[in-house]
Amino acid sequence: MLTGQDMIGHADHPHHPRLQHHFYSMEQQLEASILGMWVFLVTEIMFFGGLFMAYIVYRTAYPEAWMASSHELNVYMGGANTLVLICSSLTMALAVRSAQIGSRRGQIINLILTIVFGVTFLVVKYFEYKAKFDHGLVPGPHWDPHEVLANGSLAPLSLPLGSQIFFSLYFIMTGIHAAHMVAGVVLMLIILVMAWKGRFSADYYGPVEISGLYWHFVDIVWIFLFPLLYLLGFHFGGPPV
Amino acid sequence: MHQVVSTPVRQSYLDAPYGVAAWLLTKDHKRIAVLYMISIAIMFSLGAVFAAGVRAELLTPKGDLLSADMYNKLFTMHGVVMVFFFLVPSIPATLGNFLIPIMCGTKDLAFPRINLLSWYLYIIGGLIVLATAVNGGLDTGWTFYTPYSSQSSPTNVTVAVFGVFVAGFSSILTGFNFIVTVHRMRAPGLTWFRLPLFVWAHYATSLVMILGTPVIAITVLLVGLERALHLGIFDPKVGGDPVLMQHLFWFYSHPAVYIMILPGMGVISELVAAVSRKQIFGYGFVAFSSLAIAVIGFLVWGHHLFLSSQSIYAGLVFSFISMLVAVPSAVKTFNWTATMYKGSVTWESPTYFVIGFMGLFTIGGLTGLFLATMGMDVALHDTYFVIAHFHYIMVGGAVMAFMGGLHFWWPKMFGKLYPEAWAKACAILIFIGFNLTFFPQFVLGYLGMPRRYYSYPDELQVWNVLSTAGATILGLGYILPMIYLTYSLFKGANAPANPWGAKGLEWTTASPPPTFNFEAPVVVDEPAYNYRPSGEVIVG
Amino acid sequence: MSSAHVVVPVRLYVTIWLALVVGTAVTVLAAHQDFGRLNTPIALGIAVTKASLVVLFFMGVRSNTSLTKVVVIAGFFWLFILFGLGMSDYLSRPWLGVPGR
Repeated sequence: MLTGQDMIGHADHPHHPRLQHHFYSMEQQLEASILGMWVFLVTEIMFFGGLFMAYIVYRTAYPEAWMASSHELNVYMGGANTLVLICSSLTMALAVRSAQIGSRRGQIINLILTIVFGVTFLVVKYFEYKAKFDHGLVPGPHWDPHEVLANGSLAPLSLPLGSQIFFSLYFIMTGIHAAHMVAGVVLMLIILVMAWKGRFSADYYGPVEISGLYWHFVDIVWIFLFPLLYLLGFHFGGPPV
Repeated sequence: MHQVVSTPVRQSYLDAPYGVAAWLLTKDHKRIAVLYMISIAIMFSLGAVFAAGVRAELLTPKGDLLSADMYNKLFTMHGVVMVFFFLVPSIPATLGNFLIPIMCGTKDLAFPRINLLSWYLYIIGGLIVLATAVNGGLDTGWTFYTPYSSQSSPTNVTVAVFGVFVAGFSSILTGFNFIVTVHRMRAPGLTWFRLPLFVWAHYATSLVMILGTPVIAITVLLVGLERALHLGIFDPKVGGDPVLMQHLFWFYSHPAVYIMILPGMGVISELVAAVSRKQIFGYGFVAFSSLAIAVIGFLVWGHHLFLSSQSIYAGLVFSFISMLVAVPSAVKTFNWTATMYKGSVTWESPTYFVIGFMGLFTIGGLTGLFLATMGMDVALHDTYFVIAHFHYIMVGGAVMAFMGGLHFWWPKMFGKLYPEAWAKACAILIFIGFNLTFFPQFVLGYLGMPRRYYSYPDELQVWNVLSTAGATILGLGYILPMIYLTYSLFKGANAPANPWGAKGLEWTTASPPPTFNFEAPVVVDEPAYNYRPSGEVIVG
Repeated sequence: MSSAHVVVPVRLYVTIWLALVVGTAVTVLAAHQDFGRLNTPIALGIAVTKASLVVLFFMGVRSNTSLTKVVVIAGFFWLFILFGLGMSDYLSRPWLGVPGR
C-alpha cells in the first residue's frame, strides 16, 4: 500500500533492501522486470525476424542453391550444438528454480553448468566456422567452394546461383546468434558472482529469472536456425523441399 | 492565465543535487528529459543548417553554388539528422519522459537507469553520425538504398549506419520503458480510460518503437556488413535483390512516421482540452484511434515501393490499406474540432500552435491520399510533391505540436513564464514561413521537379525562390523561441502550479515539480479532462 | 499472478528437456525422409512445438499474467505481418504474365 513515506523519498520505513524506490512493492518490481524483459525479447524477435524474412525470400527464389549449400554444412556439429543448448536451457531453468527456493548451492551448480554448455556451443561454432573457411565457403572475394571427398582430399565444388547468399545468411544469422550467446555467457557470469555472494532468495530472484528468459530466447532462435539451415541437404538432387 | 508571482520555497528537481555529475548520472526522468531537450535542439539546428544549404543552392536553376557531391551530402545529412536524431526522439524523449510518470501519478519511469542509458546511446549514435559528416560526409540519401549504399558510394556509409544502429536502441529503450510504466505503474484509481490522451498516444508510439525499430536495426546492419565484408545479401551479381532492402527498410520507416506524429497528436489532445476547457469529444475514439494508427501503420509500407519492381497486386493491397490508415487520423481531427466547438476557447499561445497544427496536418494528411493512390504515385513519386507532403506532416504537424507542447508545459518544467506576445508572434511567423516554404513545393512536384536534384528547368525558378524565402522566415520562427524561452529561464516571472487553469495531474504539483513528482501519494477518482464536474455525466 | 509464486518440480523440467531432445532427433530423422513438399512444414511444426515448450515451461509463461502472454503472441504475430505482406510481393510478381517478371 502506498504511504506518504513512499512518495517523499528515502525515509526510514521497512522494506526489502533490493526494492527500488519508484516501485512500491517487490511484487510490482518483479512483474515490471519480467514484462520489461519480454518486451525486450519482442524486439529481439523482430531483429532476427528481418533475417528470417531474407531467408524466406531467397529460399523461395533459389531452392536448389539452398539444398546444395545446406548439404555442405556440418549436421553433426549443428545437431550437437542443438543438444548442448537444450541442456543449457534445462540447467538455466533449474538455476532459476534454485534461486526461487533459496538454494545457493543449486544456483551455483546450475549456473556453472549453463555457462559450460554455452562456452561449449561457442567452441563447436569456432570449429564449424574454421571448416567453412578452410573449404572456401566464405561469400565475397574469397568465395572458392571446395568439398571434402571420400578419400579426404579437397575438390572444387560448383554451387548454384544463390549459394553465396545462403552462406551470407548462414554466417550472419549464426554469427549474430553467437554474439547473443557471448552476451548471455557474460550475463550468466555476472549472475553467478551475485549468486555466489548469496544475493538471491525466495523474496528476490528477479535478475536470475529475467536473465533466464534471455537465455531461453537465444535457445529458441537456434531451435529454428538448426532445421532451416542444416537439414535441407539430404535430398540434394531430388525434388525441391 | 494567472499572473501570480510566487516564490518557490521547496526544492524542485532542478535544484538539487547540484553539479555536472549529478545531471550526467541522474536517474530522474525529468532531468533526462532536459538533457534530451538540449541535445535535440542542437541536432535540430544542425539539420536546419543542412537544409539551408539545400535551399540556398535551389535559388538558381543551375547547380552553381555547390558541387553535385556536396549537394547529395547536404540533403542526406539533413534527412538522417532530422529523422533519426530529431523527429523520432523529439516529443517522446523530452515531453514524454518528463510527463508520463507524472501523468501516471508515479515517481519515475519503470527503469530509470535504462532511461539514462537511452540518452547516452542517443549521444553516441549522434556523435558517430556527425563524425561521418565531417569525415567525407554521406551521400546515399537518408534511405540508404542498395546497391549504391552497400557497394558504390565513396562515403563512409558503414560508420554512418552504425551510428543509426546505436540511435535505434535509444529509441527502443524509451519505448520499452513507457510500455512497462503505463501497464504496471499507474497510481491507484487511474484506470486506462482515465489516462490523459497524451499517455495513450505515447503508449501507441512505444508499440511502434518496439515492433519496428529492430527491423531497421537489422537492415542497416546488413547494409554495413555487405559493404564491409562483401557478404552480398542485396547484390544482384550473386542473386541478391535490392528491393528486399527496401522492404525491410520501409517496414520500419513507414511506422516511424507514426512514431513522429502520434506523440504530436497526444500533445494536441492535451492542448485542445486545455484551451477549450472541455472534455475531449469522443475520448474513447481518440484513444483507440492512436492504437489503430499504430497497428494499421505496419501494414502499408509497400506504398513506398510502388515504383520499385514490387508486384502490382501487392501494390494494390498496400494502396488500399494506406487509404484506411487515414481514417483514424481523420477521427482525431474531427474530434478535436468538435471539442473546440462550443468550448470556452481563449487565444493563448498554445491555441495558436493548435490551430496551426490542425490546418497544416489536414493538408499534409490529405496529400498523403494522393500519394497512396498507386496510379497518381506513378507521376508523383520522387518529386517535390512527396517532399511537400511529408514536410507538412512532420514539420507542419509534428514540429508545430512539439512547439505547442514545449510552450504549454514550459512553465511546469522550468517554473518560469515566457513572454506571451513573443510566443504568439513565433507561432504566426512559423505558420507563414512554413506555408511559403512548402506550398510551392506541391506545385513544383505537380510540375514534375524531381527530388534530390540540384538543378531544374528555368521556368520552375519562381516557385523555388518562394520556397527559399519561406525557409528563411521559417528559420527565424524557430530561432525566436530559442531566444525568448532561454531568456525566460533567467528573467521570466515565476510560474504558479497551474498557469493555464488546466486539468491534469501535472498541474496539481508545483512548477517545477519536486524530484519525486508529488508531495503526497496520488489517488485518482475522476475522469481525464474533468472540466465540468458539477452535475454533468462524463464517461470515464 | 506472475511465475513468482510457482515453483516448478524438477521432474517437470526434466520431462520437457527429454521432449526437446526427442524432438531434435525426430526432426533430424524426418529430414532424411523424402516427404516432398511436406518436409518443410514438418520441420517447422517440430520447431514450433519445441519453442512452445521452452516458452511455456522453461520461461514460465504458462503461469505468467495474461499481459505477458499477449506480449509473446504479439511479438510472433508481428513477424507474420513482415513475412506475409512481404512475400505477397514476391509470390505475386509472376502473376502479371510479363516475360522475365
